[in-house]
Amino acid sequence: MEINVEFGGGAELLFDNKKVHDVLLPHKEKEWILGDLLVWLKDNLLKERPELFLQDESVRPGILVLDTVNYVIKPNDRIIFISTLHGG
Amino acid sequence: MPKQDFEDLKLEIKRLREELHQKEEFLRERQYKKLQGKNVYNDQFTTEEIVRYSRQMIMPNINPHGQIALKNSKILIVGVGGLGCPAALYLASAGVGEITLIDYDEVELTNLHRQILHSESDIDIPKVESAYNSLKRINSHIKVIPLRLHANSLTIKDIITKNKYHVIVDGSDNVATRYLLNDVCVMNDIPLVSGSALQMEGQLTVYHYQGGPCYRCLFPVPPPPHAVTSCGDGGVLGAVPGTIGVLQALETIKILTNSSGVLSGRLLLFDGTNTTFRNVKLRERNLKCDVCGENPTVKTLIDYELFCGSSSHDKVINIDILKCNEQIDIIDFSTILKDNVVLDVRPKIEYQMCNLPNTVNIPFTEIEKDDVFEKLNKLFKNKLADGIKNVYVLCRRGNDSQRAVSCLKKKFSESPIIFYNVKGGLHAYSKFVDTSFPRY
Repeated sequence: MEINVEFGGGAELLFDNKKVHDVLLPHKEKEWILGDLLVWLKDNLLKERPELFLQDESVRPGILVLDTVNYVIKPNDRIIFISTLHGG
Repeated sequence: MPKQDFEDLKLEIKRLREELHQKEEFLRERQYKKLQGKNVYNDQFTTEEIVRYSRQMIMPNINPHGQIALKNSKILIVGVGGLGCPAALYLASAGVGEITLIDYDEVELTNLHRQILHSESDIDIPKVESAYNSLKRINSHIKVIPLRLHANSLTIKDIITKNKYHVIVDGSDNVATRYLLNDVCVMNDIPLVSGSALQMEGQLTVYHYQGGPCYRCLFPVPPPPHAVTSCGDGGVLGAVPGTIGVLQALETIKILTNSSGVLSGRLLLFDGTNTTFRNVKLRERNLKCDVCGENPTVKTLIDYELFCGSSSHDKVINIDILKCNEQIDIIDFSTILKDNVVLDVRPKIEYQMCNLPNTVNIPFTEIEKDDVFEKLNKLFKNKLADGIKNVYVLCRRGNDSQRAVSCLKKKFSESPIIFYNVKGGLHAYSKFVDTSFPRY
């Protein structure tokens, strides 16, 4: 299943400093939920410091998730991870 | 020019400027009195006010009622930096009646590329004072109240009890202050216009507005302190907070004039690299929110530095992880700099921006990697042959260099090389050895 994953607000730094990633998720028996994607991203796409992305099976505080980890991913979904900014 | 003449000239300019300020203030008072007289053509505004605001007042969106609303409004802007400056500028120009500014910092040279209310001659004076002067020069009809203080639970509580603000504009630069302002706004039922910016990106939303979510609804738990980057560390392009700050002014004006279309329950993401604005729908107010929920657990202001595990400013807190004999004082270092191996562990870009002669740049992120041993061994080989076995590690402020030394010590435990941290880094070098080295 092909989806589009995007990072912003500094979260891209953990992913090779690339904001947009075309991702091909391998086929599996059960449907892909957001929680599965988090683990998959950590194992396959994450380049450094996993603790700055995942904490206790969800994204760390400060990264905006607008849906639950149970969201069922559909082909061509665009999933965006936004790290909040604090500078002024 | 001899140093004394230089100082004399600076003093004279300062004196003349103060005289100018006094005369301007005097003129303003005179003009103000003159304008206080009844206008037979409109009983709410003076002739000058009507002319001044006409371009916005003739629009249906503002109209005379909106302009009166702006005139009768009191707002609080926290942080007179990259966001607060442009926000304050447009709000003052638009005729918001009373603007209170809070900031504890003084103007620095590194601020001028984005903090547009301050100028070269304002360096070292409080930001609120500099901003006050600029705003008053633009609009003498409004009241500007500069408060030079650090925003924390005690100071904010005091100000909020004494004043009723219609909007608070968050132009702060740290997580603790953002939670503080959120809780203040929820507890006192004030809309919070929140902006933030870093590097090429900005974010904007309005919290606690007409039943919309608050900051805590979305972020109940503060981010880990090491995941937060400041403008001082990550850098920022002035036009980016400029864009967000101007939009904060826009949202504030819409709230004050009771207009529709306020950015509540939505988050604007601005990416300056490809100039995209994206609006993301946010979750609704969380009924279980600790502060704005049905049964709030946070009912009075708390210690926000403790809650966030980080300070309510964006200054770097220095570390001290090495022993005395693993460090060298900056003055001693400057005398031996030429004949030794000096590793500058700052990021490559910062090294390109300015560096000491005879130093080698190996960024700290490289030092942590596995192949650094091979890389450095090549570098040290010749030096070791010459009998040099001391390596001095240098960075911007002397913190990463300490981390680098403790990392290198482990990696080179079998080698005769001894690593020393250069205490205080290039900041100390600029302060105590050569002031012409740029302190950024």
